[in-house]
Amino acid sequence: MSGPVAPLLVFGWGNPSRGDDALGPLLAEQLAERARWQLPAGRLECLTDFQLQVEHALDMVGRERVLFVDAALGLQTPFEVRNVVPAPGVSFTTHALAPEALLQVYRDLQRIEPPPCTLLAIRAQRFELGEAPGEQALADLALAVDWAMAWAGLTEEIPA
Amino acid sequence: MTETVRPLETAAHPQGLRRVVIDPVSRVEGHGKVTLLLDEDNRIEQVRLHIVEFRGFEQFIVGRPYWEVPVLVQRLCGICPVSHHLAASKALDRVVGGWPVPEAADTIRRLMHYGQMVQSHALHFFHLASPDLLFGFDAEVAQRNIVGVAMAHPEAARQGVMLRKFGQEVIRITAGKRVHGTGSVPGGMNRAVDMAERDTLRAQLPEVLAWAEAAVDLAERLHTGLPPHLVGFADTPAAMLSLVGPGGAMEFYDGTLRLREADGRVAVDGFEDQRYRELIAEGVKPWTYMKFPYRLALGPDAGWYRVGPLARVQNCDFIATPRAEARRQAFVAAHGGQMVHAVLATHWARMIELLHGVEVVAQLLNDPAILGGPLLATGERQRSGVGIIEAPRGTLIHEYEVGDNDLVTSCNLIVSTTHNNQAMNEAVRSVALQYLDGHTITEPLLNHIEVAIRAYDPCLSCATHALGQMPLAVTLRNARGEVLDHVHRSSSGDTVRGTPAHSAEAAQG
Repeated sequence: MSGPVAPLLVFGWGNPSRGDDALGPLLAEQLAERARWQLPAGRLECLTDFQLQVEHALDMVGRERVLFVDAALGLQTPFEVRNVVPAPGVSFTTHALAPEALLQVYRDLQRIEPPPCTLLAIRAQRFELGEAPGEQALADLALAVDWAMAWAGLTEEIPA
Repeated sequence: MTETVRPLETAAHPQGLRRVVIDPVSRVEGHGKVTLLLDEDNRIEQVRLHIVEFRGFEQFIVGRPYWEVPVLVQRLCGICPVSHHLAASKALDRVVGGWPVPEAADTIRRLMHYGQMVQSHALHFFHLASPDLLFGFDAEVAQRNIVGVAMAHPEAARQGVMLRKFGQEVIRITAGKRVHGTGSVPGGMNRAVDMAERDTLRAQLPEVLAWAEAAVDLAERLHTGLPPHLVGFADTPAAMLSLVGPGGAMEFYDGTLRLREADGRVAVDGFEDQRYRELIAEGVKPWTYMKFPYRLALGPDAGWYRVGPLARVQNCDFIATPRAEARRQAFVAAHGGQMVHAVLATHWARMIELLHGVEVVAQLLNDPAILGGPLLATGERQRSGVGIIEAPRGTLIHEYEVGDNDLVTSCNLIVSTTHNNQAMNEAVRSVALQYLDGHTITEPLLNHIEVAIRAYDPCLSCATHALGQMPLAVTLRNARGEVLDHVHRSSSGDTVRGTPAHSAEAAQG
């Protein structure tokens, strides 16, 4: 629970058995595989979970940058990217946290500002139990992986 | 099955009544909502809690190879995957003839399970329950969450997060991964605990034990400090079901079933888990997908019961760890030795269990069995098996039949939230009658209902979620069913009026 951490953290969440909800973990896994060959050991850590939870605030300690990755409903483009800043959450009827609320927890617990955080939201449509991600979702995932590789320094340019 | 009708479950003349829907939308895994029917004077005529949960999950399992199941079932629930992992493993131990599993495997599984109890209880209390207790039921929405707690009570919030993290680390060193662990398999375990990882956790125990003690202190202080009108909040006397260990000890991983009547008398004891179908059955009602378990001996109307922390703390005769036992005795003494059915006491009971969980983890981390030894048992193959475990929210039952081709042919899951279905409905009705009947419905009043539901920590939260879902929606319709108003809270916390009502609200009456 202590010791040096990788400066870059990619955190993908979702349920791998629920169709497009798997996109976050899939991106994290694919990026980890590529980083294994292309980045110095210990440069990038990729984590996954079903949901964003309070203890994940501790996973951000000591990072230079953090990339959150989740499936998202209602996107008109394959993926969207935005910066995330701390903000109180109101998800009191659910166990999960929004990324902004997680950063607020980090700020309140650590008494310092969180590292720069980016949310990569990948277009998703289908979430049925037992389904694999749809064709469109996988195509969008591939584009999102390209963007994430640039974020992680695996490629030089950020795709448009 | 004859439909049973309880007070306030079904209005005598629903036509012409006004409908209010509390609709915490969770997308696929658990959709829960409350519908209230009120007359012109705002008198409550009907109250129903609808939870759609685990529908189709059994079919998800049927047809799969049995050895995949302990891993697969973790994807049913993002909140307590370890409970499903272990309940499935226990059931399939029977199928492979591997029950009892070797001592090392049993010890590691227990360690994993008690770690799960610690992390889940910490999350619920500090994230979901304590805001209501710290700030009051009428507090601003923006304050009623972990962020509000962290801002106002940073040390309590920090300890809650660290307790959660500790439990997660216990799971990781036993299951092999933070999530989607593969450690437990039919017949035992496929890995032991690494000594260095054990030592890292062991070094944290003094601090973690102190946090757990402080958590019980906080829960006790908040409960005993409740204003008089909330002491009996959602008081719903019910029988209590749980596993117990030898001598009636509190037991979460494996034991026999005990049923205690609402007045404290033990009705059933030492009931073998493999025979659970001789003890309980599942009823259905036409207005909800979720089943209503009941005691066969009493029938669906009178046979409902409660599971979970409030049941377990009172169903056991003692707790076999000293700190938690002292806290249990204090809990009993504080209530004059009488059975407690007011749901807010659940939070106190939950923290006693958390302390017990940390104590057991401490014992098990000192047990050399977790470091290795025979991990797998095999024996004569059986066609079916039952695995019962005390999950954080209560008794969890997995039952499987497996064909000669190793594929699962039948699966039955009864999860804690299902066991508590009637109890939660009764609690919601109690609150509606006490606080809403005859009053104009306001957001703080609606929160009273949510507080009662939250005490049970039902698994409404889904293993899947995406940006943009609605955490809560309220729809007001007139007597003709026309939508008069609809309000939803967005995931960012904004309250938005005039949005389309959720389709599920219209689909269920």
